[in-house]
Amino acid sequence: MTMHAKAKHQLQGEIREISCRDEYCRMTIAAPAICHVAAAGQFVMVKPAADKSNDPLFRRPFSLHQVVDGLLTIIFKIVGRGTRNLAKMQAGEVLDVVGPLGKGFQLSSEPRHYLVGGGMGIAPLHLLAESINRQNPQSEIIALLGARTARELDAFADLQDLRFLRVELATDDGTAGHHGLVIDLLERAVAAGGRGAVYSCGPWPMMKAVALYCRAKQLPCQVSLETVMACGVGACLGCAVSGADVAGDGYLHVCKDGPVFEAGKIWL
Amino acid sequence: MVVNKPDLTVAIGDWQLANPIMTASGTFGYGAEFADFVNLNRLGAIVVKGVSVKPRIGNPPPRIVETACGMLNAIGLENPGIDKFLTEKMPQLQNFTCGVVVNILGDSLEEYCTLAERLKETAIAAIEVNISCPNVKKGGVAFGTDARMVYEVTRCVRERSNKPIIMKLSPNVTDIAAMAAAAEEGGASAVSLINTLLGMAIDIRTRRPKLANKVGGLSGPAIKPIALRMVWQVAQRVKVPVIGIGGISTVEDVVEFLLAGATAIQIGTANLINPGVAEELVDGLENYLLENKIAAVKELINGLLA
Repeated sequence: MTMHAKAKHQLQGEIREISCRDEYCRMTIAAPAICHVAAAGQFVMVKPAADKSNDPLFRRPFSLHQVVDGLLTIIFKIVGRGTRNLAKMQAGEVLDVVGPLGKGFQLSSEPRHYLVGGGMGIAPLHLLAESINRQNPQSEIIALLGARTARELDAFADLQDLRFLRVELATDDGTAGHHGLVIDLLERAVAAGGRGAVYSCGPWPMMKAVALYCRAKQLPCQVSLETVMACGVGACLGCAVSGADVAGDGYLHVCKDGPVFEAGKIWL
Repeated sequence: MVVNKPDLTVAIGDWQLANPIMTASGTFGYGAEFADFVNLNRLGAIVVKGVSVKPRIGNPPPRIVETACGMLNAIGLENPGIDKFLTEKMPQLQNFTCGVVVNILGDSLEEYCTLAERLKETAIAAIEVNISCPNVKKGGVAFGTDARMVYEVTRCVRERSNKPIIMKLSPNVTDIAAMAAAAEEGGASAVSLINTLLGMAIDIRTRRPKLANKVGGLSGPAIKPIALRMVWQVAQRVKVPVIGIGGISTVEDVVEFLLAGATAIQIGTANLINPGVAEELVDGLENYLLENKIAAVKELINGLLA
């Protein structure tokens, strides 16, 4: 690597807005330097700036949901102590933010795009949809979103506001949209609408089903993976996932080689 | 009144470091990963990820677990091997003006010696020898936990290399000072300690270990008191410089290790949490010396009062 303009930044980002409903939180952070270079599918790692307790020790990684005018928005679910501490923060408080990290989505030149999200994996699809639309406003973009309940999908209601995006929903309990799996929506949409590029982020069983379907249909498919992560910059090698050919290629690293991978590059 | 800048330089044998702040192997990649966050040339030295003769793919995931004030890791020494290291990593490392230390690891005595020899023609500042986990071919006794083997590895690497040799010691022993003495006797230029402490974490829901490797090395602030005690014990025992490692993340931590007898220190897990920490500590140490009217960092080394 030669000397280059900074691709990653560490900065003190003021929280501008935070709102939590049930265990789902949305947080908007002032981070102009990061927003300036950020791309869909990349992530940031955050820690309350004032927290010097070392417990919990790690930063927490979150994909970029929206990037507007130097403000970045993340959406997260309270799952443990790290996210609970973040949920307690208030507007005006400061986060130590590192990013943007990792390799984001490659925007396909296909005329049609299927964005398949499950649960918190829906978060990066907002910025992705906007990026595809910006690259080619003629693109047909279809979001197929799945969650356990309608309540979970409420956290992503803002996707419904994107006028260039067609949204279809599925829930495990039938409280919104199709009562069943999001893969059903993808199969139906492709059968009705035709081929397109597929982008997926969500629980592993969902992404695996999407990737296997795409392989069978020979559709280009990218998946965004999530793992436990310490450094986020490719130093600790803690976030390993098996490559498609483990014996030959060994492991890939989610923070540096991903989080977005061509589905064919990883072990399904 | 002119305020003189404090003298941050320290020496490990003939090797002069601009300051005592180094980065620990396995927590700083090959330096380039941190170039956006740290001016690498301001550091005393960077120690790169351990390299072996043959490439290693490392352990299956999960490889890391967050614990109270620390982390467990079982990365499995993933690295591209010495050939790729020399052709792909070494050229970019030569762009840095700070000292570059290459950490080496082997499965056998011959592998350590081979690695030392392969690094002869490079412009690196020193070699750090990881004798914390690998097993000896014959008998299966860990290199770093048997004083005789520590001596053998040190002597072989010393004989086959023209660089300063730092022996990185394991804390998973009864008497770490005996290991340090064996390294000194074998011709080590310095010893660095501690590597991680063997630990474990269990998921009570699945009743399985949280690491695929079942056990792993504990690092981070949780281990600092143990590391500090071991550095102090080793510094009493050997004459060669001691490099302190273990949970260092603040200027106070750095000063504690220097007072305990360390000539330099390495930042490890803290790099993973705060990528800018190494340079922050160079600034912080300078400010500490200024505020306390200490002219040279050397005055702190071994400065512990009875």
